[in-house]
Amino acid sequence: MIRTADITCLRRHLGLLVGAVLTGLVILAALVSLFWTPHAFDAVSISQRLQGPSGTHWFGTDHFGRDIASRLMIGARNSIMVGVVAVGIGLVAGVALGLLAAARGGWVDDLVARGADIVFAFPAVVSAILITAVFGPGAVNAIIAIGIFNVPVFARVARGAARQVWNQEYARSGLAIGKSSAAITRDHVLPNIAPVLIVQATIQFAVAILAEAALAYLGLGTQPPSPSWGRMLFDAQTFMALDPKLAILPGLAIFLAVLGLNLLGDGLRDTLDPRLRTERMG
Amino acid sequence: MLTFLARRVLLLLATLLVASFAIFVVLEVLPGDAALLMLGIEAQPDTLAALRDQMGLDRPALSRYLAWVGGLAAGETGVSYTYGVPVSQLISERMSVTLPLALMALVLSVVIAIPIGMLAATRRGTVRDYGVMGFSQIGMAVPNFWFAILSILFFAVLLGWFPASGFPGWEAGVRKALWALVLPAISLALPEAAILARVTRTAVLDTLEADYVRMARAKGLGPRRVLWSHVLRNALVPITTIIGLQFAFLLAGSIVVEAVFALPGLGRLTFQAVSKRDLIVLRDVILLLVTLVVIVNFLVDIAYAVIDPRARYAA
Repeated sequence: MIRTADITCLRRHLGLLVGAVLTGLVILAALVSLFWTPHAFDAVSISQRLQGPSGTHWFGTDHFGRDIASRLMIGARNSIMVGVVAVGIGLVAGVALGLLAAARGGWVDDLVARGADIVFAFPAVVSAILITAVFGPGAVNAIIAIGIFNVPVFARVARGAARQVWNQEYARSGLAIGKSSAAITRDHVLPNIAPVLIVQATIQFAVAILAEAALAYLGLGTQPPSPSWGRMLFDAQTFMALDPKLAILPGLAIFLAVLGLNLLGDGLRDTLDPRLRTERMG
Repeated sequence: MLTFLARRVLLLLATLLVASFAIFVVLEVLPGDAALLMLGIEAQPDTLAALRDQMGLDRPALSRYLAWVGGLAAGETGVSYTYGVPVSQLISERMSVTLPLALMALVLSVVIAIPIGMLAATRRGTVRDYGVMGFSQIGMAVPNFWFAILSILFFAVLLGWFPASGFPGWEAGVRKALWALVLPAISLALPEAAILARVTRTAVLDTLEADYVRMARAKGLGPRRVLWSHVLRNALVPITTIIGLQFAFLLAGSIVVEAVFALPGLGRLTFQAVSKRDLIVLRDVILLLVTLVVIVNFLVDIAYAVIDPRARYAA
């Protein structure tokens, strides 16, 4: 039994560690790309097309002779930005709605819950298609679409967790001594539900990166010449028989980023509170 | 139970009404002139006028909305601007690809996920458990369209076992048609199986600790009997919920995978409707996808209430 417990403990921390390292690497690549990339991401050189990895081109070059490592770094920046903004939209709007629903109860609560149900009926890709059909394809519209999808996710999680806090005596006694429900929300509810929100944000970050890559692949997200992992995969399909690395590297980047965030989210959940259960939405 | 059912049906209709209104507002009110959006600014004035007339854009938005929803309720869809045929015909043609694809993916996902999820739960803390959990983490992180691209590269381009893309049609024979759907179905199934395996593991672990399971063991039932008739049966409630949701999302989520394999399914239709700005097709298809999600949720709620009477009062 002790051995099993040891392994569980090790695995938990191993997951957290691997997740933190992978996420850290992606963030590092994104940050470095702000100041420096090995080559200009859009420097075309037809004579150097489809080269293998070398000292000058770490991951080789694509069908235009552009440096793949540089494009992957800018792609990391793109994915991180999408994740931050899309999760930010969902976090701010969703948590506000969830807290309000839990504090007020009654018809406000019903309205938020039913509203979340309706938005949930639109899968992320579908709502993105709806938005891009009218406002045109582009990174900003893709981010907004993914952000809207995130609002009900956070509203539900915040509402559920906040209701549990409101059932606690310390929250109720606040009301008894004349504290406003806004003050109780600020002093008791929000700090107590913060861990759940952090875990959910990590997982939604991964979902956002996957969704943006899919939209970019379809041509509805980040537009060329800006490099994005999803679009790189689309371009790769034409040339992958000649040069498989074109199809492997961008996908590997998405995979490692999403894996890292998921492991980080799971690890944080186990560390912060083993009883926490978060919703995982595809 | 009847009151519960009536309330759920009302809620279902209300949700569909609000969702259809939202679709209508986004597609036809926000752009201002929907006909101009569809044809672009270089359109001929008379073509533009004809489309405006066809869409009834001279009428107030509310009456157009009612005409659309009323038409759908009567089973009439609009006529696609780009294809020149009723949208219902387009949808049923495309469904003949998407529906079998989604079903294949769902069956694959269930067949993979439930046994390995149960294995992980019953062998908790062993190498097998970590193997299953590792597969689950990997499956959830691999984008399905990347897996699709790699499977084309490996099984179609290098080995030549499967067609790289396209769909021969059911006329070409059931075997040939199904064969073309194998790689897409695997690509769609992988992430779903990964999630389902995790859900199964958690659900089985939760029921393994229940009193009635200990009771069943105490009265001398064999481990196999306990697992299949006591544990799995009770664990099936959360598992079924996820399977239901996954089916709805498979129908909608096949958009990207259908694009990778150039399959003429519902996703492809949606995507083409966006590129060509065929709002008449788009509003019906999106409402159909949303309706499927809502109906599946409704059925899951009903199933809950049948299994667990407490759920009838919760909502």
